[in-house]
Amino acid sequence: MNAPMQTVEERRKRGPQTPLIRLRDIHKAFGDHQVIRGFDLELYEGENVVIIGKSGSGKSVLLKCIVRLLQADKGQIEVLGHNLEAIDQYSLDQLRVDVGFLFQGSALYDSMTVRENLEFPLRRHPERMGEEAEEKLIREALDSVGLGSAIDLMPEELSGGMKRRIALARTLILKPKVILYDEPTSGLDPITSKEIIQLIMDIQEKYNTAALIITHDMDCARVISNRVVILVEGTNYAEGTYEELYRSEDPKVQAFFK
Amino acid sequence: MKQEVAYWRSTRNVFREIGEVSLFAGRFFREVWRPPYEFREFVRQSYLIGYQSLPLVGVTGFIMGLVLTLQTRPTMVNFGAEGLMPSMVGIAIIREIGPVITALICAGKIGSGMGAELGSMKVTEQIAAMEVSGTNPFKYLVVTRILASVVMLPLLVIIADSIGLVGSSLVEYVKGDVSFRLYFTKVFDSLQFGDLLPATIKSFFFGFAIGLVGCYKGYHSRKGTAGVGRAANAAVVVTSMLLFIIDFIAVLVADIFYKL
Ligand SMILES: Nc1ncnc2c1ncn2[C@@H]1O[C@H](COP(=O)(O)OP(=O)(O)OP(=O)(O)O)[C@@H](O)[C@H]1O
Ligand SMILES: [Mg+2]
Repeated sequence: MNAPMQTVEERRKRGPQTPLIRLRDIHKAFGDHQVIRGFDLELYEGENVVIIGKSGSGKSVLLKCIVRLLQADKGQIEVLGHNLEAIDQYSLDQLRVDVGFLFQGSALYDSMTVRENLEFPLRRHPERMGEEAEEKLIREALDSVGLGSAIDLMPEELSGGMKRRIALARTLILKPKVILYDEPTSGLDPITSKEIIQLIMDIQEKYNTAALIITHDMDCARVISNRVVILVEGTNYAEGTYEELYRSEDPKVQAFFK
Repeated sequence: MKQEVAYWRSTRNVFREIGEVSLFAGRFFREVWRPPYEFREFVRQSYLIGYQSLPLVGVTGFIMGLVLTLQTRPTMVNFGAEGLMPSMVGIAIIREIGPVITALICAGKIGSGMGAELGSMKVTEQIAAMEVSGTNPFKYLVVTRILASVVMLPLLVIIADSIGLVGSSLVEYVKGDVSFRLYFTKVFDSLQFGDLLPATIKSFFFGFAIGLVGCYKGYHSRKGTAGVGRAANAAVVVTSMLLFIIDFIAVLVADIFYKL
């Protein structure tokens, strides 16, 4: 598990490796509206993959299919060696613990304090670790996002940036192997965005997680990504390092970098 | 022709909705037995549903007793049946008016609250967030609320009944010079087990209907703020209708048992 961060070249050199997440030919429609039409992706250990696409192109839908919040109409989804098609509820819940998900709108439980927000998943684990250990974990997670002092606040008392951090802490507390970030910097000012990006990179270093990151923010993509996938018309239109895509001649790819 | 199509479509939608609510109820009965039990949340919901509805239920109950007595009194006096007032009002309140009014009030207060709260949790993806952290939001949000309203509604009904009787006795005391003691003796003399049991059982079902529909509407709320509003609104409308249907069935069933 302790593989260091690796670049695309390194991975190419190391040859085949089992991916943490593998998507094969995913299709998803809502009624007549075909959103995803044949998307492939692989996410390897220690890797940050950024998915870029226009608003409404189905990025969130794609991410939700990976944690089975939505069910894909067609295609194969393999997460940490489990095929999502054949999985029962119990195994799915176990699997979801290993896959963190940061929602676009933070999705903090607004009737609970920050502490209760973090406690929520811990308390409901089949194997509970005891109050003290849980408290320690909560403190640790809050400290790692730099908000130890907010522990007794309600979500409504937090700013947008703080909410995002708390949501991140809530994701981290289960020690996921993979984290899916849905626009971690959307709606934040450039400075706060930079802080969140830095935080994500720190977290990756500290917990050694792989991440799938959706963003509109090209700065974020440049700094954070080992690899970028461009989502156009429901397919993985182009793929490569940020520099490779930046130098691409394809007008559809270029459109994102202008 | 066009009208016919619209008519069929809305009929179909009604049946689809009935089917979905039944599935939702089925899920409740499956999950209510399974550990882990969300006891703390159940207690909290009971407090919110029960205790916070008390003032409203109390005031309505009191006025209900007052008005019912004031309005029936002249007629009864005309017939020279003044002495039957306590029994008549007592039975009316306990068997029918108390449970139905309380349930309707609670549909407005509790049902819409559940619809709005769960609806906004749905829309802001809080329910999805619970799911992706490997926990069961149905258990935490829905099972506790439905259980709490099943347990709390009969209690609220009993309280509304009692306060309603106090209101009624007040009118009798002022207008008919009937002492409180005499009033309540008459009420309890005329009440039979057959009056109390169906009313109590009915109240459980009312509680279940309020919790079930409120949670269902919220849990399946559409996107956006409008969706939340619609969920809260629909919770009240559908529950109110359901309450009368349940009441009708309950009266029919009670009648059959009464004959036996
Ligand atoms: N639950 C749903 N029901 C119906 N349509 C949906 C649903 N979720 C998403 N869609 C549709 O799927 C399309 C893609 O939505 P999605 O939220 O994935 O976009 P996105 O790429 O994440 O956009 P953004 O960058 O604005 O977040 C949209 O057209 C949306 O209307
Ligand atoms: Mg999105």
